[in-house]
Amino acid sequence: MLTRAAPTHAPGPKRVLALAGNPNSGKTTLFNGLTGLRQKVGNYPGVTVERKVGSLVVDGSQWDILDLPGTYSLTARSPEEAIARDILLGDMADTPRPDLVVVVVDASNLNRNLYLATQVLDTGVPTILAFNMMDVVQAAGDEIDIDALSERLGAPAVATVANRRDGIGELTAALARHTGDAQNRTRWTMPDPALAPVARVAQELRTAGVARPEASDGEAARLLGVDGSRERIERYGGAQLASIVQSARSGLLEAGIDPTTLEAEARYRWIRAVTTATTRIHHERVATRSDRIDGVLTHRVFGPAAFLLLMVLVFEAIFAWAGIPMAWIDAAVSAAADAVAGALPSGALTSLLTDGIISGVGSVVIFLPQILLLFFFIGLLEDTGYMARVAFMMDQTMRRVGLHGRAFIPLLSSFACAIPGIMATRTIESPKDRLVTTLVAPLMTCSARLPVYTLLIAAFLPGGPQAKALAMTGLYALGVVSAIAVAFVLKRTMLKSETPALILELPPYKRPNFRSVALNMWDRARMFLQRAGTVILSVSIVLWFLSYYPSLPAADVAAFDAQRPGASAATLAEIGAAEASARTRASFAGRLGRFIEPVVRPLGYDWRIGIGLLSSFAAREVFVGAMGTVYSVGDADEQSESLHGRLREATWDDGPNAGQPIYTLPTAVGLLVFYVFALQCVSTIAVMWRETNSWRWPAFAWAYMAALAYAGAWVARTFTAWIT
Amino acid sequence: MMDVTPLASLMPGQAGVIAELHGDDSLRVRLMEMGLIRGETVHVLKYAPLGDPVELDIAGYHLSIRKGDAQRILVSPTGQPTR
Repeated sequence: MLTRAAPTHAPGPKRVLALAGNPNSGKTTLFNGLTGLRQKVGNYPGVTVERKVGSLVVDGSQWDILDLPGTYSLTARSPEEAIARDILLGDMADTPRPDLVVVVVDASNLNRNLYLATQVLDTGVPTILAFNMMDVVQAAGDEIDIDALSERLGAPAVATVANRRDGIGELTAALARHTGDAQNRTRWTMPDPALAPVARVAQELRTAGVARPEASDGEAARLLGVDGSRERIERYGGAQLASIVQSARSGLLEAGIDPTTLEAEARYRWIRAVTTATTRIHHERVATRSDRIDGVLTHRVFGPAAFLLLMVLVFEAIFAWAGIPMAWIDAAVSAAADAVAGALPSGALTSLLTDGIISGVGSVVIFLPQILLLFFFIGLLEDTGYMARVAFMMDQTMRRVGLHGRAFIPLLSSFACAIPGIMATRTIESPKDRLVTTLVAPLMTCSARLPVYTLLIAAFLPGGPQAKALAMTGLYALGVVSAIAVAFVLKRTMLKSETPALILELPPYKRPNFRSVALNMWDRARMFLQRAGTVILSVSIVLWFLSYYPSLPAADVAAFDAQRPGASAATLAEIGAAEASARTRASFAGRLGRFIEPVVRPLGYDWRIGIGLLSSFAAREVFVGAMGTVYSVGDADEQSESLHGRLREATWDDGPNAGQPIYTLPTAVGLLVFYVFALQCVSTIAVMWRETNSWRWPAFAWAYMAALAYAGAWVARTFTAWIT
Repeated sequence: MMDVTPLASLMPGQAGVIAELHGDDSLRVRLMEMGLIRGETVHVLKYAPLGDPVELDIAGYHLSIRKGDAQRILVSPTGQPTR
């Protein structure tokens, strides 16, 4: 290639290439094709909009490739679209204006995709057009003269089929060739009476130095279009600009021109003229294969039925299938802890390694199978185009609560685990809806509550297996009902917002691109391990410290040791368990448990349950093990008959009820209800913190759920005592 | 072609030419940017299983909006049901 011999750019500092395009244009697939695994996912500062950057070397020059959020136009409606607009206009703090933009155009939906493409061209940024999905165009028997289009639009253009990785080489060659010089091009024009008012606003934008000369007309038209763009007017120029915009608006209205329709109608008229001259596209509607699939999948009866089946499958996968690798991880973590404990002398360091670090790491890694499986399904549903149909079918139902149709999947996933559920809220566009969904997701009964429910129901609730199953179902239902109720209240109070308008593209169904699905799973897993992992690990170490120190006085240890010589294996185990119990009582955690006893006493709990509640702050299922420790049952699990027995026999140490059993039926019911509501999961809190970019929302979630838990437990206990 | 009717009153299979868009500015701008501009033909494909939202064919692609918003888009029905 000639450009190799005479490179147009000296190898120098990294340059920035931004990929822009409509949602569903194949932009991300093209991004993956260009960068492969050389990509990083983070957030834009201050917002939870995903920032994807990859790197690429072409002819010795380094490129950073930025995958901008998908957008339909530069008139932004969501935080994602605002980011894309600000970067393209060079308005974004911390992100330099890109040196080059590739606009990915879905060639099978040409006119609408050219709307954004021509807006980007208007900003004057050097641009290459990638006409993607050319295979669909050819299959439909349509023709697009890309060279002619390229000439009229004044930008180099290449044809690509991103999901077959066709045209990637041509695109990188075009990158290397691009000189950054502006080319001659035709432009859209406004009707005559609109020219003068728009020109005045454009002039003001240029004088204020906020828009490049070539970008100012488009920006002016957009500022005029929506009466509500005050925030942007303020940022650009304040009062003077506002008054110019106001008078230009009235000027347009007097001339009989609706400022709102001005840009869209003029631009589309011009786009249609351009594409009519450069393409041969069949306009008559023919039923496609996608239409026939849709006929079943959104059918009045089969649609919801198929959706239900699919959800059962997803639920089964994250609930049951994930259990198998989770058991392996659990076993591997225990084996690692045992190996370390066996190899090192017992002491503080060994305990920190085994009980603190290894089990802390274990409690993070254990969630990986669920996260990977859920994002496999979500990736598949997104990539095939089915997710848009889910929103289409669920919108009516979710709107009653005040949420978007897309909130359904995150809430459903939270039945398995709130962590992947909260991570899945990123598919919800409205920030307030995303927040509401995040805040109520932990109310859905996750799998970590099961051991606690199983233990308490088995030990204390009367009746046969049917009655116990019914109790379990009731606890699940309580979670769902309270999630709906809290969402309903939040949407009408703190996070009051209109249910956002539904403007939902239903793209044709397509075969999933497993490479994209796998990359997405990998991103999620890595993000979870990096971000949430560090928090969870540090909290695990703190909790270990609290339960290990201060150690048992030497005299007490000696007393236990004195009983050991000559004891049988069974007695030895009992002595060990009793020592562990004494150690727990003496530790900071034990003191804390006794310190908070007055707080939990109205609920009928003693300090031991207090410790259980505190230690299950790390993870709910720890409650079972903690009860095993305080009641000196070696190797306790929720099925353990000896643990059931100990719990039933437990009595008050002191106080007015000394000697009476602690766990009465009302207390047990109250405790169950407490676990339905309480946000006892440091991993969920860490993920919430990450996803909302603030500690306030996890703090709020913890506080409201704690209040619900306390009040709910009290009411449940009082009510049960009254009816029995 | 003089009679205009809300888009939401069309049955699946019917089509109309867009005459007017009402509603708040920001929604109208987005609908127009999505191709719902005066003079375009829009087909009603189907309603969701629970009756709302509606699926449209506009300029060769499928778009779904709520019936409430479709009520504020006025079209002149083209008469011949397609397909």
